Amino acid sequence: MATYTWPDMKNRKVIGQRLSRLDGIEKSSGKAKYSSDLMPDGLLHAVLLSSPHAHAIVRSIDTGAAEKMPGVKSIRVVAKAGTEVQWAGAEIAYVAATSEPAARDAARAIQVNYEVMPHFVKEDQIARAGNRAKAAGEQVTGDVDQGFKDAAAITEGEYAIPVITHCCLEPHGQMIEWKGEQINFYPSTQNVSGIGGDLARSLNVPASQIKVHMDHIGGGFGSKFPSDNWGKECANMSKDAGGAPVRMYLDRAQELTIAGVRPSHFAKIKVGAKADGTLTAWESTSWSTGGFTGGGMAPLPYVFTNMPNKRLNHTAVSINGGGARAWRAPNHPQASFLTCAALEDLAAKLNLDPIEVFSKNVQFTPRAETYIRQLKRAAVMIDWQKNWHPRGKGGNGSLKRGLGIGIATWGGLGHASRCLAKINADGTVEIMMGTQDLGTGTRTCIAQVVSETLGVPMNMVVVRIGDNSYPASGASGGSTTIGGISASSRKAAVEALDQLLDLVAPQLGVPKDQLQAVDSRISVKGNPDKAISWKAACQKLGPKSIEATGENNPKQPGGLINQGVGGIQMADVTVDIETGVVRMNKMVAVQDCGLIVNPKLAESQVNGACIMSICAALMEERIMDSVTGRVLNADMEFYKLAGVKDIGEIQVEMEIDEVNDKRGVIGLGEPCAVGGVAAIANAVANAIGVRVPSVPVTPDRVLSALYGNRMERMA
Amino acid sequence: MSDHQDLKKQSVSRRGFVQGAGAVTGAAALLEQEAQAQPAGKVMGPAAMTITLNVNGKPLKVSVEPRETLLDTLRHKLEHTGAKRVCDRGTCGACTVIVNNKVSYACSMLALDAVGKKIQTIESLTANGKTHPIVPAFNNNDAQQCGYCTPGFVMAAKGFLDRNPNPTYEQVKDGLGGNLCRCGTYVGVRQAVLEAAKKLKA
Repeated sequence: MATYTWPDMKNRKVIGQRLSRLDGIEKSSGKAKYSSDLMPDGLLHAVLLSSPHAHAIVRSIDTGAAEKMPGVKSIRVVAKAGTEVQWAGAEIAYVAATSEPAARDAARAIQVNYEVMPHFVKEDQIARAGNRAKAAGEQVTGDVDQGFKDAAAITEGEYAIPVITHCCLEPHGQMIEWKGEQINFYPSTQNVSGIGGDLARSLNVPASQIKVHMDHIGGGFGSKFPSDNWGKECANMSKDAGGAPVRMYLDRAQELTIAGVRPSHFAKIKVGAKADGTLTAWESTSWSTGGFTGGGMAPLPYVFTNMPNKRLNHTAVSINGGGARAWRAPNHPQASFLTCAALEDLAAKLNLDPIEVFSKNVQFTPRAETYIRQLKRAAVMIDWQKNWHPRGKGGNGSLKRGLGIGIATWGGLGHASRCLAKINADGTVEIMMGTQDLGTGTRTCIAQVVSETLGVPMNMVVVRIGDNSYPASGASGGSTTIGGISASSRKAAVEALDQLLDLVAPQLGVPKDQLQAVDSRISVKGNPDKAISWKAACQKLGPKSIEATGENNPKQPGGLINQGVGGIQMADVTVDIETGVVRMNKMVAVQDCGLIVNPKLAESQVNGACIMSICAALMEERIMDSVTGRVLNADMEFYKLAGVKDIGEIQVEMEIDEVNDKRGVIGLGEPCAVGGVAAIANAVANAIGVRVPSVPVTPDRVLSALYGNRMERMA
Repeated sequence: MSDHQDLKKQSVSRRGFVQGAGAVTGAAALLEQEAQAQPAGKVMGPAAMTITLNVNGKPLKVSVEPRETLLDTLRHKLEHTGAKRVCDRGTCGACTVIVNNKVSYACSMLALDAVGKKIQTIESLTANGKTHPIVPAFNNNDAQQCGYCTPGFVMAAKGFLDRNPNPTYEQVKDGLGGNLCRCGTYVGVRQAVLEAAKKLKA
């Protein structure tokens, strides 16, 4: 078994270059075909009829009138009589028709009688949760009471971060056709290699009958792994309709109601420290919901996990709401917000600079050196020395400026991935892999790895992904893709090159281990004039081509990939204490990393993560209505996202250096999406002198925190 | 049964409101104002009818129902899938097209109301072997990730640059406020628009 390594940082020509994405023009010209853009001849449009009630029993459902309506080809009832639905938006029936308006008309003609049951949709008051609350049991480390006795200062605070949705711009759904034995499945998925098997299980057919293809995906963020019930029902409707293609995408209200959420987190946190800021004790009582099945548990205290004397109590609350799905860095942004907010409140009570308090306590993290370095660097980038002031000392005007800190960690080990590399006689190289490009730049990074390995230009490398007929590659979740695909493509290219070198070594008169592939030539190491061009070498293949596979196995990562990073983000905001409006001035991110294949695309990931954090810190919240049990803001007008003017300036620093490079490739998508909410919420507290306990920090919450009436306003 | 009636009301789209009357929402009121600008007296629908739309300089015949939006007609019937359906409610801008030189949300215009108007879609920016500089500018500045909002952003940027050939950075921030991105590509978008402005002047 060969050992695989990356070429040294200083000797690389393609890896590490700031190249534009290969599919960029295709996307910016509107030519990129997403699955939701496929409109084949004979297409049927399907719609979902969903439950208006948060909790009800379907007593009867009659599709008779709907079936007779013009254009209707198939109706599938999901919630048969007797079904208990547990959230508004739950699937009741699907209708496929020759046009979308016809399908909607028919869906409205389905007669459903519900027996409405009591619902519970708001978890903010844990006391009201009754038997919907399930305690996880107390966890105690050390001597908590002694820890608080040793403290010079203790703060107690209540903090809340609500349920938010993924709000993928391309909704969940698919185009699908079931013709004879074969099912052609065009999903919007983060899981090209796995989703066919998932659908096969739900349809009870062999996985070999399902062909999956997807060129582009319009956002996933963790919510697009399974084939979902709509995949199954649309397949069945295609079969009903004699194999006609059926297209169904959730409408926006459905997308924001049933296609996944990030669990909320509420916590009462008591934390104690010595006069120098060193933590002595932590006590938290927290609860969360992710929907009917309860909520995840944020890891508290976040990052400072090795601190002594902790008492944790967590309760999962079940509500009548659509279920949770993985959301970029599951549980981490919530944990970071809760922990960093408590720490900055403690720093304020101790009259210490929060950088000092964070620095004092990095001894309790697994990567103290990293965080110290990052705190220093981020402080320079945001001009902390000049712009920071003790909490509430923001001057006399109505505009108050403040700075805050957020911290992050993540693993990011590459997933299982297989790659097939093919060198053709004309010198072109084909790479085949059942992976997907979420917009992170997967295609481009694969091509860079292969181009570097074979010494050929990027345009000689054809990357074929997005199809389950290619060698299987893992689902894109948890920042596992870049490690998986870079390692498997590196190995496949190395093995393919090895075969080509076998072919040309006799002509060059040296053993193949003395040959290198650089600058479109195979040359002798140390004697680059002794060479054969890449094209001439490949011509020797005649009618054949070289095929080689490479595999990444996360259980035996080897030297190509690694895991474990830290990150610090800082925010600079201005708050108008008359209107409560928070304006972003600047956000900085210092991001620990491994080998970065493409810094331009990596920075885009971090920029995007900062902007997502601004959305979550200042705007995003799924608001449930206690009376109707429905989502009140299941649209993009009132489910707010930041626009181009709302983000201030963003400055990203990737910690690219030789030491980090030698660690190998580490995933990036999640760690940069963690600390921003904490940083912004802390900056607001620093600006206005009081803690706004709940994010998003909306104007009304700022005013409540400043001027009271908080309970009344939040009720 | 009353619950089911309730559902029916909830499911009626704003196009349904325009067609079927009844309650008037803000969005419907706007559309009605536009409808009043049309020659009065002619009753259309509810059956489908054949219309001709001028898309990127070409007359395209298509059968539509009065309730169909320009966006759905372009996407479902005319093979112009660059414009995307995201919010379907005039908020996010993913469906942006240019109608009679005005940047417009195709989700909030009926296909019938686009008859006789010049419709420009994202597809026009790479037609006839010519590429508008805003297209490569988005790629050069990595102003896209998943890319689903991108065609709408590119068209909004094109319309913005048509009106503001010498934009400042601050004007770019103001000018593209009608489009939303979930991946967070705004840092690149701002740079892309400035780069395209330079290229257009060169």
